[in-house]
Amino acid sequence: MARAQLGIKPLVIDMHPSVGQGENKHAIGGVRATHSDPGKILVCRRSLEIFSSWQQQHGDDIEWLQGGYAFPVYRKGDEKLLTALLPIQKKYGLKIDFVSPEKIRSIIPGLTPAGLRGGTFSPDDGSVSPLLAVNAFYRRALALGVKFHFNEKVGQILVEKNRVAGVVSRKATYKAPVVVDAAGPLSPQLARTIKNRLPVLPDSHEAAITEPVQPFFHCMVVDIRPAPGSKNYYFYQNRHGQVIFCVTPAPPVTGTDKRETSSFLPLACARMVQLLPRLKNLRVRRTWRGLYPMTPDGHPLVGWNRKVKGLLHVTGMCGQGLMIAAGISEVVARLVAKQNRATDKIILEEFSPYRKFETEEALK
Amino acid sequence: MTSHRITKHPILEIPEKTEVPFTFNGQKLSGYEGEMIASALFANGIHVFGHHPKDNSPQGLFCANGQCSQCLVIADGQPVKACMTALRRSMAITSVEGLPRLPADDRIAKIKEPPIRQVDVLIIGAGPAGLAAAIELGKLGVDTLIVDDKDRLGGKLVLQTHKFFGSVKDSHAGTRGYEIAKILQQELSACDSVDIWLNTTAVAVFSDQIVGMVKNIHYYKVKPKKLLVTTGAREKMLSFPGNTLPGVYGAGAFQTLVNRDLVKSSQKVLIVGGGNVGLIAGYHAIQAGIEVVALIEAMAEVGGYRVHADKLRRLGVPIHTRHTVVGANGNDKVESVTIARLDENWNVMPGTHETFEVDTVLIAVGLAEVNEFYLKAKQWGMDVFCAGDAQEIAEASAAMFTGKIEGFKIAQALGLNVGKIPPDWNEKAIILKSKPGRTKKRKPPTKEDGVFPVFHCNQEVPCNPCTSVCPVGAVKTEGDKITGLPYMVDLDLCTGCASCVAVCPGLSVVLVDYRDDPEHPLVTLPYEIWRDQVKVGHKVPVTDIDGAVLGYFPVQKVISRRKYPGTLLVQVRLDRAVAKAAAGIWVQEKQVEPSTIYEKQLPPDEAIVCRCERVSAGEIKAAIRSGVRDMNQLKALTRAGMGACGSKTCRPMIWRIFKEEGIDLKTVTDRVDRPLFVEVPIGVFAGSEGMTDVD
Repeated sequence: MARAQLGIKPLVIDMHPSVGQGENKHAIGGVRATHSDPGKILVCRRSLEIFSSWQQQHGDDIEWLQGGYAFPVYRKGDEKLLTALLPIQKKYGLKIDFVSPEKIRSIIPGLTPAGLRGGTFSPDDGSVSPLLAVNAFYRRALALGVKFHFNEKVGQILVEKNRVAGVVSRKATYKAPVVVDAAGPLSPQLARTIKNRLPVLPDSHEAAITEPVQPFFHCMVVDIRPAPGSKNYYFYQNRHGQVIFCVTPAPPVTGTDKRETSSFLPLACARMVQLLPRLKNLRVRRTWRGLYPMTPDGHPLVGWNRKVKGLLHVTGMCGQGLMIAAGISEVVARLVAKQNRATDKIILEEFSPYRKFETEEALK
Repeated sequence: MTSHRITKHPILEIPEKTEVPFTFNGQKLSGYEGEMIASALFANGIHVFGHHPKDNSPQGLFCANGQCSQCLVIADGQPVKACMTALRRSMAITSVEGLPRLPADDRIAKIKEPPIRQVDVLIIGAGPAGLAAAIELGKLGVDTLIVDDKDRLGGKLVLQTHKFFGSVKDSHAGTRGYEIAKILQQELSACDSVDIWLNTTAVAVFSDQIVGMVKNIHYYKVKPKKLLVTTGAREKMLSFPGNTLPGVYGAGAFQTLVNRDLVKSSQKVLIVGGGNVGLIAGYHAIQAGIEVVALIEAMAEVGGYRVHADKLRRLGVPIHTRHTVVGANGNDKVESVTIARLDENWNVMPGTHETFEVDTVLIAVGLAEVNEFYLKAKQWGMDVFCAGDAQEIAEASAAMFTGKIEGFKIAQALGLNVGKIPPDWNEKAIILKSKPGRTKKRKPPTKEDGVFPVFHCNQEVPCNPCTSVCPVGAVKTEGDKITGLPYMVDLDLCTGCASCVAVCPGLSVVLVDYRDDPEHPLVTLPYEIWRDQVKVGHKVPVTDIDGAVLGYFPVQKVISRRKYPGTLLVQVRLDRAVAKAAAGIWVQEKQVEPSTIYEKQLPPDEAIVCRCERVSAGEIKAAIRSGVRDMNQLKALTRAGMGACGSKTCRPMIWRIFKEEGIDLKTVTDRVDRPLFVEVPIGVFAGSEGMTDVD
């Protein structure tokens, strides 16, 4: 879509039967700019602009809800970690503060008060429906002349004299001067067809959605405390009044298995009722499992392949594809159109496939 | 108590129950302790349980089976399914107006991990198939756990007041369904290796081969070596304007209200669909004192057993074939229904609309397998079996037999030395599952002396009780096949015992006795409705097989056999000319006349397809016309199938719309089914102590 806006006419090939049927639909819908590194903050600030203004600009309701992100804090160490991030977050324009326990409890009514030290709250973050957002992007892309081929799996990237020449699918061979790899968890497989190794290792997270009830909180609640079997977990109440939640398993469950397990719901629910006891009477409706295409440092891989010219990686979104994609796609479009801006440089350096994967993101 | 209770029934006993007070939206009412909230509300004449948050449409009972969430109410502060939640003394029930409010209960409960139960065989569903399988496994001493979401064993058997068809030897033919449930229950109670969990809802099958279930308010993980799915069937729904008004529901739901809970749910009903479920529901309605205005069927002939249809016609219910329902009308609930005739291209014929004043429209347009547990288990590579309707929609008699076969197969799979399945079992299963054959024309015997039965049984269906009760063995079926039509080997052999009249599930055997008065033979008719209408000396309207009244004739004697309770043998003296044509006694003497005034016709696109999320046929069509061929994308765009029921009702309807839109179904991607299949509170998964046990 972003590329089409710049006058490029892309063809999108997707192995799934329709738009957003890969990992997009497994996202729970949280969209935040509250990160710990400048590139991601910049990209996601742009995403927030796109999501929050989408309905006004294009007419489709994508169920944007500006509820903010709240990280309630019960441990001294967590307070230290989160407050240490505030200067850089503020430097890059984020509206965020460490607020009092009373304030956090007013944002999340019913939050367990014992031991609550306060927490960060960033009111500009929010949530969208991943399902509606991707369909809205799709419609917009179609209107701009982008072509889509569904039910078609790309099996091979074609390379001629160190330049990308196109792709081969089960149905046809396509010639193109630029090939964008946005295959997420399947990118390493695709890269292997040109004998490249991408540092993307998918792991899986499970999520669930409840019945709808009257809205009683609006923000994404993130509890970063670890517990046996899990790291952080997070949940929010969407525009329909349904609570959607997800847990980060510890240790990570690597691989591409997306089959629902019996361990997720008891684990997640046990944690949630201790943090917000009134959730106990809310009924879980559906559960699913999706993939986080992880990179070693938690940042995406965005940039030109240095060995195969014309091959552009936009992958390894580490489970943040929804919130990053909207913003990064514009950067990528400018990259293809050779129209990059100064801020793009910060982003592209941070997300470079050839960076040193030494530090780990503070706020995953 | 209020007037919406069944206080007398020709077949069922009315048990003593404890009356308890409760409130609905502050109004003081009374109901029976332990009955389902939905039934208590219906008994008080309350049919609207709330209004939908999306469009404020009235919500009420739909499946009566815990499958959908249409009947949601707030009981003592918590949202619960009214059809699955027992009434308690002083319960405060309120309607759900829009979105329910989550109670601000901020007490931190102690939590515990869900226990894991290992078992050799887990059976989900204790209906005819599940019980038969459990008995088979129990006899072999196999460690078995059978679970059911209801408070009693038997599944839909407990709703069936009619005598069963099928084989006497293999499926208790000739015995009433709810009696069969008791027999099976007794057989099962002798099996020490079988554990029974009632009030236990299986909610998911996970990839780690664990079945999640909620027993009362506790979550259990069950890990079986073998899984048997005997979850039965669910009712299909039709798309027509007004199809979600309270008062439009399935015939099975109706039977639950009327026969299990003894609630007189309606005054006047119209039944859509002439399969066995619809036909039997009509019969049950009349037994419950509810008027059946008509039964309509889109095909040229009813699809159910001919004897069921004849039985209904003889009671005075008009059956209109080649008719469809055009709309259910009413503000907050059904006040009338409009039907119309179909032409040969299945289009509604202009000017054929008729509107009947009814309070209920029963939908009986077929059943769909409840097979989500089976399919998931299969997907996860479990050793899974299925039987009964979950395997293939057929009669309960077939379900008992396939249950037995699958039970045996499981024993084999566990390595037990049980030998091979007897070769005739599979053959019998196929026969019991067979669809009814064509109706044949049969002439009554020419003989006009002595005594003999006349079989008004003209269609091949698997059924043989009449052959098993004849004391001289003179009743046979053609070709000695269970599906063969019955006949007397020699009419002179008849002793006049009338056992064949009393046992026949189709009420289609009549005894004609010329011995006392050849000009006015005594005719013995089976009758299962109101005893006070067939008192000795009363003149009763006697009909032929199709329900045409032959005349009014005096009742001579009424016999009730202990062995066949409920079936009265009414002896009427008839004129010789009509004696052999007599087949039944009319009950609904007054017919409800339709009105041809047909106001505001809503376009068919107004029909609701996804009831949970209130998605209309028009919205689905628009998406399909915009090019959507993936049900998952359709769900993303319209929310169809995102609701509590998980597309149990709308999925077949959406497929049908794709078909009607002329789409090649091979190009359509089916939706991905995910756990849970039934909603479960977060606190139950958490193992929270002190969850209120209302659900």
